[in-house]
Amino acid sequence: MSKALLELIKKNFGAAVLESHSLHGDETVVVEAGAWKEVARFLHDSPQASMDMLTDLTAVDFPDREPRFEIVAHFYSLSRGHRLRVKTRTGDAEGDDAVVDSLCDFWASANWLERECFDLFGVIFKGHPDLRRILLYPEFEGHPLRKDYPAEKIQPLIAYRDVPNIEKIAPFTVDEGMSFGRQTHTHPRSEGDDAHVKAADSQVN
Amino acid sequence: MEPLDQELDEAELEMPTEPMLLNVGPAHPAMHGTVRCVMELSGEIIEHVDVQVGYLHRGFEKMCERGTWTQVFPYVDRCNYVSPMLNNVAFALACEKMLGVTVPERCQWYRMILGELARMSDHLTCDGAMAMELGAFTPFLWMIKAREMIWDLLEEETGARLTHSFGRVGGMASPPTDNLKDNARAVTKHILSVIDEVEKLLLGNRIFLDRLEGIGVISQADAISLGWTGPCLRATGVPYDVRKAHPYLKYGEVDFEVPVGSASDCFDRFMVRLAEMRQSARIIEQCCERMPDSGAVNIDDPRIILPPKDEVYKTIEGTIQHFKIVMEGLKLPAGEVYSYTEGGNGELGFYLVSDGSGTPYRVRIRPPCFLITAGLERVITGAMMADVVPSFGSLNMIGGECDR
Repeated sequence: MSKALLELIKKNFGAAVLESHSLHGDETVVVEAGAWKEVARFLHDSPQASMDMLTDLTAVDFPDREPRFEIVAHFYSLSRGHRLRVKTRTGDAEGDDAVVDSLCDFWASANWLERECFDLFGVIFKGHPDLRRILLYPEFEGHPLRKDYPAEKIQPLIAYRDVPNIEKIAPFTVDEGMSFGRQTHTHPRSEGDDAHVKAADSQVN
Repeated sequence: MEPLDQELDEAELEMPTEPMLLNVGPAHPAMHGTVRCVMELSGEIIEHVDVQVGYLHRGFEKMCERGTWTQVFPYVDRCNYVSPMLNNVAFALACEKMLGVTVPERCQWYRMILGELARMSDHLTCDGAMAMELGAFTPFLWMIKAREMIWDLLEEETGARLTHSFGRVGGMASPPTDNLKDNARAVTKHILSVIDEVEKLLLGNRIFLDRLEGIGVISQADAISLGWTGPCLRATGVPYDVRKAHPYLKYGEVDFEVPVGSASDCFDRFMVRLAEMRQSARIIEQCCERMPDSGAVNIDDPRIILPPKDEVYKTIEGTIQHFKIVMEGLKLPAGEVYSYTEGGNGELGFYLVSDGSGTPYRVRIRPPCFLITAGLERVITGAMMADVVPSFGSLNMIGGECDR
């Protein structure tokens, strides 16, 4: 990790830097949520930083604090070999309104890391192209890595999903698949055959 | 039944013009982790793909917040289930970084020997499975047999074939056995001969080469932006290896090379893994030469290390020490740390937050597989359906680590 980089950030974003420390050899800077994207842009673009890799992005929940969540990103520069941890804070005591800007514009790895963070903590990343759950299923209620989510909580059973246009998925219909199926389709079919196909379709649905 | 050779009037056939949706996984034989790919196919070309992970999510990070720091070891074991020893050592190193302690020299060499053996087992599994999925069954059997030898050795050392839970903060669960060096040398010798034979079998095989060369290509810039590390990144030509770039344990003192690829296709990823096994064998040989045969394995700190069992039963100090560590857990100073090591698939990081109590406040595992699997979409979009199998195999996605 790099102390010079820490000074550089403080110089450029003096007003937005809340605190900084070097604990166990890891340089850390905490910035305001509003400056999150600008600091990331600086780290990505500036030649002194040239952080070409967003190694990790996660959150930590401190329910007693306000703002409640700490978003933690670890950057690494392959060319310079230095690291930096950048944190920001967001979210009110209920955990709502936790919004920070997405970093997907600069690093492709931000896509899945932010989805995971949203999934497990409920932090919204503004500008994310595809913000949906990744490790859990869409019907899951709550965000399990929050401290107020009980570890022994049991989720309700989910209803069978109604997927539109599922009959278009091969090989469920006679129109798709092997040519034998298609060939029979070109011949006029008796009523009985049609009823049979319809029954099969409704089963799929 | 209709005869198969009946005349078809081609003009009457309607070609389906809509793209076909195809669902591969989560329980597909070629998806050896549990991962699901929803593909939109135009003919045999993949136009769009949505990679869905999470089928193996067991909530490890949540569970870690309920026990003591030592009780995290079984969970990290189950993250990467082909090289659990690397995860054990990585987590121990993270805790030790926070405590500011260094384990004795003998333990460092010991950890390196076990870790490199685990890395070999990881690469043997990946390359073997990759060959098998392309129809080459013999190399798979040979490699799995060689892996079995590694696991026998690890069983002799740790008592368990796979889920060792052998790491401890400040040392290892038990000292090395007397036969460790002989066994390690015998195993590596056998593995090197297996690698040679596998090379002879596969690298002259036109079918195998055609299925791998130029398939699953990703650009270097994309791989870096996606946060790829490990053999997959090195196959694109970036010589980034945590062992070399930021040496930990005794990696700075041993002599080894970082193999890199150039074409960043499936074949390069396959070859980088083979070459890395040879380097691991070199490292193990050097470790065996330099590891002292006697001396302490664990650090001498009663706040961290459990006392010997006879002291627990015979002395009051030992009893108290044992009780404090087991009931309250060892205490890490309040604060945060990010520790990174080279796992089987790349940079394995642990971001730990401690509040000073005996229970972890937050254990974040930075799995290399998660980000590599995130890149699968870019690798296979525009490729043929059949290329998914070698592409996915060469990324070596480990479900336990990806989904945690």
